[in-house]
Amino acid sequence: MSGVFLARLGKLWLACILFFLYAPIAVMAFMSFNASQYYQLPFDFSLKWYEKLAGNQEIVDAATRSVMIALATTVIATILGTAASVALFRYEFRGKRFLQVMLFPPIAIPWLITGTAMLIFFFGVGLGRGTPSVIIGHVALALPYVIVVVSARLATFDATLEEAARSLGADSWTVTREVTLPWISSGVIAGALFAFAVSFDQFVVSYFLSEPGDSTLPVLIYTSIRKGFTPEINAISTIIIVVSMAVMLFAARFSNFGGER
Amino acid sequence: MAEVSVNNVTKTFGSLKALDDVTMDFPDGGFFALLGPSGSGKTTLLRAIAGFIFADSGTIRIGDQPVENVPVEKRDIGMMFQNYALFPNMTVSDNVGFGLRVRKVGAAEERRRIGEALDLVQLGQHGDRKPHQLSGGQRQRVALARAIVTNPRVLLLDEPLSALDKALRVDMQFELKRIQREIGITTIFVTHDQEEALTLSDKIGILRDGKMIQAGPPRDVYSNPADLFTATFLGEANILDALAGEGADIKIPHGFPTGGTLAVRPENISISQTEPTANGLSKCQAVLERRVFAGAMATCILQSNGNRIKVISRDQDIPSDVAEGDRLWLTWPVEKTLSVPSGRH
Repeated sequence: MSGVFLARLGKLWLACILFFLYAPIAVMAFMSFNASQYYQLPFDFSLKWYEKLAGNQEIVDAATRSVMIALATTVIATILGTAASVALFRYEFRGKRFLQVMLFPPIAIPWLITGTAMLIFFFGVGLGRGTPSVIIGHVALALPYVIVVVSARLATFDATLEEAARSLGADSWTVTREVTLPWISSGVIAGALFAFAVSFDQFVVSYFLSEPGDSTLPVLIYTSIRKGFTPEINAISTIIIVVSMAVMLFAARFSNFGGER
Repeated sequence: MAEVSVNNVTKTFGSLKALDDVTMDFPDGGFFALLGPSGSGKTTLLRAIAGFIFADSGTIRIGDQPVENVPVEKRDIGMMFQNYALFPNMTVSDNVGFGLRVRKVGAAEERRRIGEALDLVQLGQHGDRKPHQLSGGQRQRVALARAIVTNPRVLLLDEPLSALDKALRVDMQFELKRIQREIGITTIFVTHDQEEALTLSDKIGILRDGKMIQAGPPRDVYSNPADLFTATFLGEANILDALAGEGADIKIPHGFPTGGTLAVRPENISISQTEPTANGLSKCQAVLERRVFAGAMATCILQSNGNRIKVISRDQDIPSDVAEGDRLWLTWPVEKTLSVPSGRH
């Protein structure tokens, strides 16, 4: 009896969580297809906000910029993070433990603080605001995620495979390319998707580091809301959510499957 | 093919001397065993020859080339690992061909040599499989084919057979020996299994605490152990030091070192019920404690003056009416007495 009751309670609990998580998003997505500017019901299906969005050069530019920055971040953070993971796995060196421990605080430090620190730093070194600063900032934020995901995959890797390859005459680059990378490829892909998501969804650091008039999509959305709300924002938000969720689901799928193969 | 020589090699990990002034020669084309308990340094020595470990001092030569400063990938070795270390993402053929691709021998040449190597280990039909589709013994053979396909100067085996069950292990021992003879490659293998070392090798190196205790042909080492550790590690030995008592007559072999220890192998002792009279035999009395029948052979445990003595002989050579608790005579030829120098361990 109590088992059935508990199981039902568990399902109810799960339903509540999903409801509170997704109801606001669903309402927003729903309203982005409503013709009324003031959320008036009855619902009148229309794509006009999406049309307006396509005609809004400012938003299209910001979206393009966001995607380009996210792609650059993904490439840089994935290469650096994978190389770092392999080095941490393969070599013993002084300060290795310290380095590994120091990878985690950036994940926990509030972005507001990281963002402020970066802003001060970039002005200090003379780089100031702008797209290069944004990319460097995003790479710094994404790097720990890539290293954590790739290292988790490397933990299942048998180091004697590298020794075997070397004994057969392979130099360290060949070993990495032929033996190590194929094994950790699922982890690298998952890490890349995480890096993309971290960059694409980033608001605080982008807000601090991007120049006015050169902002990323989340920053643009924030500033437009302050000026006055239009359902265009619903439309672009819906697109972002769909893209982000697709990326994250893909990443989760890869990191899950990584352990089982 | 080449000879390998290790001279005065020392390697320290922190405060541990993993290798302590080790010297051993491995002549061209021979089959050599490095034998010792775990932590004796045998694997460290093999890895130093392979190049995974660089010695603190001493020299290692492969052929005429000193290799102290040569990395693994340039040493032209073949190595087989305890866990096989087959590349899981590659087929059997791709595994075997890895060393050939690295050497860029060309596709046709690569295919030909992969075929030859797989035929040699009798896996010609399995080239398209992935390692996880093979049995333990088959993986073993793939690892061997991969290690020898590049015609390395020396083949290094790290406890190659320890992951196999007993019957398969014996098969693979013969197989390994056959292949080694066929291609004539200098082979060095690490084992903790003394029987395996005795069966396979032309020369055994016994290591303990990082030191090379003794190196020589198996029969020499077995019959002339350098110290008590070797005598008891390579086979069994009954220590005769405190053996005395009524009628005991322990003859000391000619040229026996002063301060040494007398010992005798279990298989060299005979059991009789009456006092033997023949000359040239050492003898003593002992009480039979236990007799263990094992088919053709039997093992007897006896007590003499507080010493535990083990005897292994053909079951039919032990009088059938002896019973536990009987007082028996043990004899052994003087020349079968091991004279073990002590104080070297």
